[in-house]
Amino acid sequence: MEFFLISMLNGLSYGLLLFMLSSGLTLIFSMMGVLNFAHASFYMLGAYVAYTLAGVIGFWPALILAPILTGAAGALFESQVLRKVHKHGHVSELLVTFGLSYIVLELVQLLWGRVAVEFNPPAVLQGPVFTLINHAEQGLYLVSGAGGTVCSAIDSAVRVICTPFPATRAFIMATALAMVISLWWVLTRTRAGLVIQAALTHPETVETLGHNVPRIFMLVFAMGTGLAALAGVIGGFTFITEPAMAATVGSVVFVVVVVGGMGSLSGAFLASLLIGIIQTFAVAIDYSFLQLLEDAGLASTVYMQNNSFAKLTVSQVAPILPYLFLVLILIFRPRGLLGKRET
Amino acid sequence: MRTTHNTTSTSYALWLGFAIVLVLAPWVFTSNLSLTMLSQMGIAIIACLSYNLLLGQGGMLSFGHAVYTGLGSYLTIHALNAVGKGELPIPVVLLPLVGGVAGLAFAVLLGFVTTRKSGTAFSMITLGLAELVFAMSLMFSEFFGGEAGVSGNRVVGQGLWGITFGPQRQVYYLIAVYTFVSVGLLYAFTQTPLGRILNAVRDNPERVEFIGYNTQQVRYRAFIIAGFFAGIAGGLGALNFEIVTAEVVGTGRSGAYLLFTFLGGATFFFGPILGGILMVLAFVLLSEITKAWLLYLGLVFLFMVIYAPGGLAGLIMANVRVAKAGALRQLLPIYAGMALTCLLMLAGAGALVEMIYHQQLNSSIGAQLPFAGMVLDTQDSATWFVCLAMAALGFVGFEWLRQRFVPLWAQVQTDISHQLQRDAS
Repeated sequence: MEFFLISMLNGLSYGLLLFMLSSGLTLIFSMMGVLNFAHASFYMLGAYVAYTLAGVIGFWPALILAPILTGAAGALFESQVLRKVHKHGHVSELLVTFGLSYIVLELVQLLWGRVAVEFNPPAVLQGPVFTLINHAEQGLYLVSGAGGTVCSAIDSAVRVICTPFPATRAFIMATALAMVISLWWVLTRTRAGLVIQAALTHPETVETLGHNVPRIFMLVFAMGTGLAALAGVIGGFTFITEPAMAATVGSVVFVVVVVGGMGSLSGAFLASLLIGIIQTFAVAIDYSFLQLLEDAGLASTVYMQNNSFAKLTVSQVAPILPYLFLVLILIFRPRGLLGKRET
Repeated sequence: MRTTHNTTSTSYALWLGFAIVLVLAPWVFTSNLSLTMLSQMGIAIIACLSYNLLLGQGGMLSFGHAVYTGLGSYLTIHALNAVGKGELPIPVVLLPLVGGVAGLAFAVLLGFVTTRKSGTAFSMITLGLAELVFAMSLMFSEFFGGEAGVSGNRVVGQGLWGITFGPQRQVYYLIAVYTFVSVGLLYAFTQTPLGRILNAVRDNPERVEFIGYNTQQVRYRAFIIAGFFAGIAGGLGALNFEIVTAEVVGTGRSGAYLLFTFLGGATFFFGPILGGILMVLAFVLLSEITKAWLLYLGLVFLFMVIYAPGGLAGLIMANVRVAKAGALRQLLPIYAGMALTCLLMLAGAGALVEMIYHQQLNSSIGAQLPFAGMVLDTQDSATWFVCLAMAALGFVGFEWLRQRFVPLWAQVQTDISHQLQRDAS
């Protein structure tokens, strides 16, 4: 039970982190038709910039400033580079962002080195936010903080299982939820959001009404990359800040966008949570096909016992699950979970 | 009539020239290094051309072409080992075809999912499948050989007429024959009805649907053919290196095919040939010279996409057109100026990048950094200042010339088209 609860929470927090990335990607895609290949690079850039800033101005100002700076870099890229190749079509736009992903990766290695940097969360976010305690006599209950004496006491007579939930994970969830709500509020309840929504579907009309559509595009790009950077700051201190972090998360985010339905924000939300939860659970399950056969009472042959395919545990298969999911979705529902159009 | 006759004889001359270059190359560049590089170039040419069947001719931007070259490599090395054990009666000469058939089979299987979509979605699916195959390569170590990869020995059986494929030169000639035939076949494909309709699918899929073609089928068939030639390239790679590791199916390799096919020029048939040559030069030579080579490569790629979407081949052909019209002379001084300022900028910026890298990686060795025949002192602020000034000066000069070049170039182009119109009328 506590395994299920904690895995669920971990999965949700990972899924929400994925959504922070995929929401920006989806916004940019549905607006400009550009799939920003370098989106995960901005995620990485956010983490590194925050790492450097945190050493100078402290952690909390860096958390705010790093996404703003990275968003500004995104705006600069959009206005100076992306806009120039717009006339050559979508392939060129994709190529330009592909080139940018190489450059950002190399620049990060140039400035911060090839090994991981030590980016630690502030003292408030270190340690668990609450601990689930499964007490043999008192049942399952929850204490805030690190469980206290119950967990540290060594009493072999009473079986106590303590499962802590890290504060960084809780922080991911809080930030992502705050972001989802403010994004929804901005897009549907403010004037600027209505203009953005209108520019998504009818850019010419919006332009006729006197709005500067290229500038709206630039702002959306800045917003998207800024969100990616915010996710990067949080992901950076929760997981690890290293040059490979963009590649690790990048392809999963693309899977999320395709599975959710290209250009659908709610689809991206659903797909992020699904993939986050599936992957977190899969990593934690140490169960193979061979064991399944044995548990079902079927005799396994010697051939089966030496077959590496049958011996694979679910946790070993975990890295390919998002991609398998992608292939299945494409075969059975080509437009994605909540996608509206066939592309 | 006269012009058709001329173009046919020119094209015969071109093919003959290509064959002669392939035959003579190892006698001109005789060192061991150049021989291995020439072999790799042949392989890269086939791989890039097969990639361009998708990118240049079909408008399909794939991020997963290494899946087909890589799986071709794996199947070939396993077949080679089976031949070595006497289980498979195939001569070594035909083993690359095993790779080709493997590439084709995987393209039939995976291409069915991939080519259901076009455009951006197609790109994302190829990326997803590439990640899928790469993740699997770490899972099934029987087939993929785990960290160490699968190695083989290409000297098996009795050689025919003393050809055992032990010496590198014999392997080079095997690769050269495959390269020549593959280039020929891939060129012939562009002239077939399928090749032509593929271009139409790239340019305007809607109209193609209207005249009764199924665009998905066209993409699928082109994808399968590209998979076959990719597999041949992979098979030759397996014979050449005698070892296949999981990185051959990695996304880095796929990215390299994309990068160099584009740099060579996706809009002309011969562009990817240049791209393949550049690829080997960059991977073997440039990566030896500097640790920051991927940064330079990325920057060059970015500038190419922005300013020269036709790649190197596009630049060459545009200037050939200008030269034919006799207008190249008025551009030459500005070209020279641009080359000089560009060189100045590159020297300055390159020195800066190398100095930062030096500080990052091996500052413990000392402050001295050898750069282009000089020794730079990374501790001296004057060095940094001079490099910065060179880069800035070069940039300003280049930009100043570029702004004069753009209208001049446009002028030359209008002159040429006017001249052509006059000739026609």
